[in-house]
Amino acid sequence: MSFPWAEHYTPKHPAMQWIDEKLPLPRLVYNAIGAGYPVPRNLNYFWNFGVLAGLALVIQIVTGVIMAMHYGANTLVAFGTVEQTMRDVNAGWLMRYAHANGASFFFIVVYLHIFRGLFYGSYKAPREMVWLLGLVIFLLMMATAFMGYVLPWGQMSYWGAKVITGLFGAIPVVGEPIQTWLLGGFAPGNASLNRFFSLHFLLPFVIAGVIILHIWALHIPGSSNPTGVEVKGPQDTVPFHPYYTAKDGFGVGVFLILFSILLFFAPNYLGHPDNYIEANPLSTPAHIVPEWYFWPFYAILRAFTVDFFFIPAKLLGVLAMFASILLLFFLPWLDTSPVRSGNYRPTFKKFWWILIADVLVLGYCGGAPAEEPYVMISQIASAYYFAHFLIILPLISRFERPLPLPGSITESVLNRHNIKGEQDALPGMGADPQPSNAG
Amino acid sequence: MASVEHTDSQGLSGEGGVRRRDFINIAAVSFAGVGAVAVVIPLVDQMNPSADVLALASTEVDLSAIQPGQAIKTTFRSQPLFVRHLTEKEIAEADKVDAGGLRDPQTLEERTVDGKKQWLVTMGVCTHLGCVPLGAGEGENKGEFGGYFCPCHGSHYDTAARIRKGPAPKNLEVPKFSFTSDTAILVG
Repeated sequence: MSFPWAEHYTPKHPAMQWIDEKLPLPRLVYNAIGAGYPVPRNLNYFWNFGVLAGLALVIQIVTGVIMAMHYGANTLVAFGTVEQTMRDVNAGWLMRYAHANGASFFFIVVYLHIFRGLFYGSYKAPREMVWLLGLVIFLLMMATAFMGYVLPWGQMSYWGAKVITGLFGAIPVVGEPIQTWLLGGFAPGNASLNRFFSLHFLLPFVIAGVIILHIWALHIPGSSNPTGVEVKGPQDTVPFHPYYTAKDGFGVGVFLILFSILLFFAPNYLGHPDNYIEANPLSTPAHIVPEWYFWPFYAILRAFTVDFFFIPAKLLGVLAMFASILLLFFLPWLDTSPVRSGNYRPTFKKFWWILIADVLVLGYCGGAPAEEPYVMISQIASAYYFAHFLIILPLISRFERPLPLPGSITESVLNRHNIKGEQDALPGMGADPQPSNAG
Repeated sequence: MASVEHTDSQGLSGEGGVRRRDFINIAAVSFAGVGAVAVVIPLVDQMNPSADVLALASTEVDLSAIQPGQAIKTTFRSQPLFVRHLTEKEIAEADKVDAGGLRDPQTLEERTVDGKKQWLVTMGVCTHLGCVPLGAGEGENKGEFGGYFCPCHGSHYDTAARIRKGPAPKNLEVPKFSFTSDTAILVG
């Protein structure tokens, strides 16, 4: 969709006219990310992370396809071929480190993207489908990243594969057959490595497909914005190109500078040294932890140490870990406040910051050894995580008294810059305490 | 709509208003469903263990060199196997415990072969998420109960390799094994 005032695509060059009549692909691009897509004029830099996540996916696919040209998916040679890529293949070290650190950067930008949505209520009507598809992408990303980490066949690869497939083994009755099916044996082996390679290649293309749906679903209501007030007229928007292509371009520059600093000066900072030891099925490293982007979920998994009635602690941990993500699928219906943006929700804002702190604490505990006081801290932090979404958020939505909303996007922009007197000149700017089409 | 009534009027309707054509629809869709399932089964089943993985040999272990208090790590079905020669003190400690009060109640007798109580043979696979517990090698952390300690999530096993503390739900598994002579066992 687009607003009625969107610019229309009129091909000038005869060749473009010829294409447009047969297959209007240039028109589609123009209306999706070109000048034909009007976007709220007040987006801040937190709206850069969608494009950055897309860029991270492209980096992963390009470096990944290249890595696959030099990798042997067999337990006898896997570890060696990765070393060979590092030492012998031209610029192989660059491809390998870019792919490994690219995964970290992918998760960094996606976590910022998710918390942007959580703060500004981007998951609320009419954008629930955008949120749900985003969570599907997140789950696919985690599955892809997990299988990719297994491929070097180091110690962390092997034991990570064992522990993560072991999660499925916790399911009553069907769990062990599922684990055996996933591994193709009774422990991680050649069959496991082979299939993980195949699926690690496949899933990024599934992610790309879901991203198309994600963008399609976003373009029906159009982008949200920091006020949470919907677009009311042409004065509230600017065309995506060149205004946001330029602003996103700046974000891309910053992203690439930070990425290059890590890639060239500290490529192993975010990795685990034990993965430079070849997989040994007879010895588990003393302190195994997953990659940093899984730490909060790992902390929730480990927080369950005692059986509860007839449910064993192991199954409880697994259920809680999956529930911590599945819960987010219900978020649009747990937060019932008609006000979208956290900027106008004083109570919500405080608890949002507590949630951020809570997730950081969970992350820290997930990376720490499974001993006191980390176990107790992660138990409290896990309890808070669930309480935030299931108890606190619904209660805030009911009892909170939101601040007055700006009449429109333009009004908020003018107020912020202390420009008075122009408001009357602009149409469609009545004082409206609630967004008229929210909820 | 008119055409539907037309076909009805041609005498295709059976008892209770069910037409023969309705049956054809259901039969065709059902058959397509059966076909789809028949295609999906091999697509899923190819991921189950292949014949070479299933052709698992048994393992023979020579016990003669294992002194009391020592344990060895070997492999059985590509997973670690612990063979431990218990000392008198360790046996006494294991027997002292009231088995009924344990998370996975079993006595040392139930976990060893009659008359060879000193030979504790278990899988070296933590029953939580499958790590290899420490305690078989010399100088390794044996945990709070003098048996095994799993470093992944902190499960403690006692001298009979029974779960005593931590998230693991079961005792270390005792595989099927038998003595081929006084100093050798056949596992599997």
